Amino acid sequence: MGLAATPDELIRLDEWVRAGRQAALATVVSTWGSSPRPVGSHLAINDQGDFLGSVSGGCIESAVVAEALEVMADGEPRTLEFGVSDEEAWEVGLSCGGAIRIFVERVE
Amino acid sequence: MKLALLREVQRARADKQPVAVVTDLGSGAQGLVYADGLAAPDLSLTAAQVDAVRTWLRTARSGTLGDSELFVRSYVPDYRLLIVGAVHIAQALAALALECGYQVTVIDPRRAFATAARFGDVELCTQWPDEAMARLAPDAQTAVVTLAHDPKIDDPALLAALNSDAFYIGALGSSRTHARRVERLTQQGLGEKLVRIHAPIGLQLGGRSHAEIALSILAQLVQVRYGA
Repeated sequence: MGLAATPDELIRLDEWVRAGRQAALATVVSTWGSSPRPVGSHLAINDQGDFLGSVSGGCIESAVVAEALEVMADGEPRTLEFGVSDEEAWEVGLSCGGAIRIFVERVE
Repeated sequence: MKLALLREVQRARADKQPVAVVTDLGSGAQGLVYADGLAAPDLSLTAAQVDAVRTWLRTARSGTLGDSELFVRSYVPDYRLLIVGAVHIAQALAALALECGYQVTVIDPRRAFATAARFGDVELCTQWPDEAMARLAPDAQTAVVTLAHDPKIDDPALLAALNSDAFYIGALGSSRTHARRVERLTQQGLGEKLVRIHAPIGLQLGGRSHAEIALSILAQLVQVRYGA
């Protein structure tokens, strides 16, 4: 019944794991101010650094992918925080004026 | 996230069953909460917490529960758009609506119009609209848009839509065309339900091309959906 629109992050995670890849899921758990993506938004990442979806509209994706590779390696879930008061956030580029908390977990 | 849990979420979504994944952000432990069930072996949730998650699930809300470190991610069935009339505007509307996350079905019994060559991977239905609408059963997460400009095709679809909970009903055509449509449907006993039809369809953006008209329709649909 109808075609699902956006490529689905959860389906892609399952495909990656079936193909023998490691994979992690990043999810926006809370936001303050003008964050571009709503709570619940997903970014699916695999161990080759391929990713699908979005947690920020682009400004912190590369930092999240780097953390996700760590999570895949040690299996420990992490909660990441990015915000304008955080110098690192400026470095990774969250200059859009918001703050965001992201949970990253390995698919296992 | 355990693969088994991920697959169970996918199963629930495929079955159009609302489900929430509850995560303890401290430990990473997770469980599932359904409208009328629970599968949380790794997580101890109080009855009050389960109730709170179910309240959120009903409104598709995600977030952290109160001051706790419990994160709730609600998955609810996709909104649907049923487009009646596989016309030029329908091609652009289907593409825009897919991009906005709607499940799209284009209905037109004229097989020359409803072709894969014109609509790519969009789901096509060549049943007559009364049969198609009976099968697709529009609900409160469904929008129905008629574009065929032919009463034989549009009217039965509108009749079915007006007798459903569809959150949005729109019909292409000028005010004069709509006045005649209202006359016809009034004779079929639709009466006061007819005010639910957005006609002339779409926000008044001033656009003229088929894609611009499609954009104005989708814009109105978004506005109605979020009550803006």
